[in-house]
Amino acid sequence: MQTKRTIFPNKLLPYVLLAPQLAVTLIFFIWPAAQAVKSSFEREDPFGFRTTFIWFENYTRLFSEPGYVNSLGKTAIFAVSVTLLSMSLSLLLAVAVNRVLKTNRVYTTLLVWPYAVAPVVVGILWWFMFNPTIGIGPYMLRGLGIDWNHRIDGTQAMILVVMAASWKQISYNFLFFVAGLQSVPQSLTEAAAIDGAGPFKRFWTIVFPLLSPTTFFLLIVNINYAMFDTFGLIDATTNGGPNQATNILVYKVYADGFLGLNIGSSAAQSVVLMLIVIVLTAIQFRYVERRVQY
Amino acid sequence: MFKNALRLSVGLATILAATPTFAQTEIAWWHAMDAELGQKLEAIAQGFNDSQDEFVVVPSYKGTYPETLTAAIAAFRANEQPAIVQVYEVGTGTMMAAKGAINPVYQLMEAAGEPWDPSAFLAPVTGYYSDTDGNILSMPFNSSTPIMYYNKDVFEKAGLDPETPPKTWAELEAMSRQIMESGAAPCGFTSGWITWIQTENLSAIHDQPYGTLENGFGGLGSEFTFNGPVQVKHWGNLKKWADEGLFEYGGPVGGGDAPPKFYAQECAMYMNSSGSRAGVIANSKEFEVGFAPLPYYDDVIAEPKNSIIGGATLWALNGKDPEVYKGVAQFFTYLSSPEVQATWHQGTGYLPITYAAYDLGKEQGYYDANPGADIAINQITRGTPTANSKGVRFGNLTQARTVVDEEFEAMLSGSKTAQEALDSAVERGNQILRDFEAANS
Repeated sequence: MQTKRTIFPNKLLPYVLLAPQLAVTLIFFIWPAAQAVKSSFEREDPFGFRTTFIWFENYTRLFSEPGYVNSLGKTAIFAVSVTLLSMSLSLLLAVAVNRVLKTNRVYTTLLVWPYAVAPVVVGILWWFMFNPTIGIGPYMLRGLGIDWNHRIDGTQAMILVVMAASWKQISYNFLFFVAGLQSVPQSLTEAAAIDGAGPFKRFWTIVFPLLSPTTFFLLIVNINYAMFDTFGLIDATTNGGPNQATNILVYKVYADGFLGLNIGSSAAQSVVLMLIVIVLTAIQFRYVERRVQY
Repeated sequence: MFKNALRLSVGLATILAATPTFAQTEIAWWHAMDAELGQKLEAIAQGFNDSQDEFVVVPSYKGTYPETLTAAIAAFRANEQPAIVQVYEVGTGTMMAAKGAINPVYQLMEAAGEPWDPSAFLAPVTGYYSDTDGNILSMPFNSSTPIMYYNKDVFEKAGLDPETPPKTWAELEAMSRQIMESGAAPCGFTSGWITWIQTENLSAIHDQPYGTLENGFGGLGSEFTFNGPVQVKHWGNLKKWADEGLFEYGGPVGGGDAPPKFYAQECAMYMNSSGSRAGVIANSKEFEVGFAPLPYYDDVIAEPKNSIIGGATLWALNGKDPEVYKGVAQFFTYLSSPEVQATWHQGTGYLPITYAAYDLGKEQGYYDANPGADIAINQITRGTPTANSKGVRFGNLTQARTVVDEEFEAMLSGSKTAQEALDSAVERGNQILRDFEAANS
């Protein structure tokens, strides 16, 4: 492709223009991140009077601690479930809305609403609906013979937070899928229809493969969301319980650092999380930027 | 428009900057009291500000107890700490270990020449917040102890005497069963704070050690020992009762699901802090509430010991001008005056921290007019405190309590027996204590 090159003679100007962004990044990301890395090698009392450099002890203890290994597992279950559930439901909704001609704007607007709700509010909403005592969910489930008490049953607690987190994320996925569907050329599906392919076949052989860049992008975004953006939701719904059944990594960082005041371990956990984000972002840039091949 | 706004703000800034020149020393007070409690707390600050014109106490709400503590610690590290911070009893061990960060209240009062008589305070209150030499390190403010609330209407419906709440756990079990079987309510009892009420207070009341070295009062090297026979028996009972439906679990930490169970008349009895009194009364318009001491096992102890304290105290943080501490001392004197304490105690359900405030309440006829309001005081002051009933003091107690909650949940879900759960809680808790010891010595 032919590009036009504009030459700026001023050597300083680019740096001045970049400075605000760099300053923000340095102050709000690099500096705290460096602090976290430093703290992760230290053992310190909460007030910071006595600091001991202990090399990798925080990390080695972390990975030998059953609670952390459990948290890793729960995070994996949580992230995969949320991603699958919210993406499949939103794809279904997007396809449905895409077929409705007259009222699709109304549906789109309504479906986007949950995205505007803050994670903590989502958590409280679902906590309320499924409160074992006063919630409507357990009341109806009791009629079906299911005893719902996510305060005791870890599996039910996990189901609850997965539902709550997915519900919120459906809107976001839905928007991208609708946009993706609209960019699938009408002529291709029409041609396939003329060749005698039914709606189901047309979807799986034409629309779905053409959607794959969107799908892949959303996959990464959703995993990121489930792993890092759901802290408020967990805090409001289950507090990571019962017995650590929903204690995902990002919540454990908070619980150990802010409630337990164990800064060293909490910092080490943040560094691990940071590495996970870096890996996920790298994958996204490497593959999504190059577009998915099909 | 913009220019006008600019001029206005410059003007405002001039006025604001000018004010402190003839002025009053500001004393920042960070606290964790919201809603009604927050308003009552602000009324105290306002009362002090109106009573003199040298100092201004500025209360700011900083969120929950853990959030307030975390905020104060972060502020201290950034040298932006408030003069006074309210810290819950769980944070006491952490604060006491941070010797450079705190200005002990007994020194502060002495330096400011304010009257200071530790014996004026309720003995269990001072005992809990004193160092090993008997000096009070933080100013008692809102102290509570768990009591039992019960629904008199349900008792009557079940054919029980509404004026006779259960005294022992055996009675409580029998009554719960009668309540359930008669259909008066679907559940017998629930409880907030499994850690504080059903484990720490249970140990104190039955004179069982919670940890070595006098429950941690003797030093950082203490170890948990709350997996003794009485605690195991009680947890085992709770599990058994939960399976039968007599007991319903209200969730970890404070047990946020417990109050609605009681308010909705699902559970007939409910154990929680005496500081919940105002909330219980406000939420029980549909039925009559009774108050009772916590039950005990009469086959373990004939004369139950005193229960132990919860709630929070006020810590003065280091690093301020001497002038500020003079104001803090004056404020503390005001705060512990019988009138202020009696108003606070009667309005909230927290304990009156001084004997004088309790006597004032008696004189006013408050306890006659409000039967049950003195149950908490009687329960916490009964008998002679032993090393086991003085309280618990451990570093990192928040984390240790999390472990206790988790193990309790593991027991409820059936994956562990009471003995296994408590053994594992002790083992994991000791690891946490060793961490604290290592970080603080």
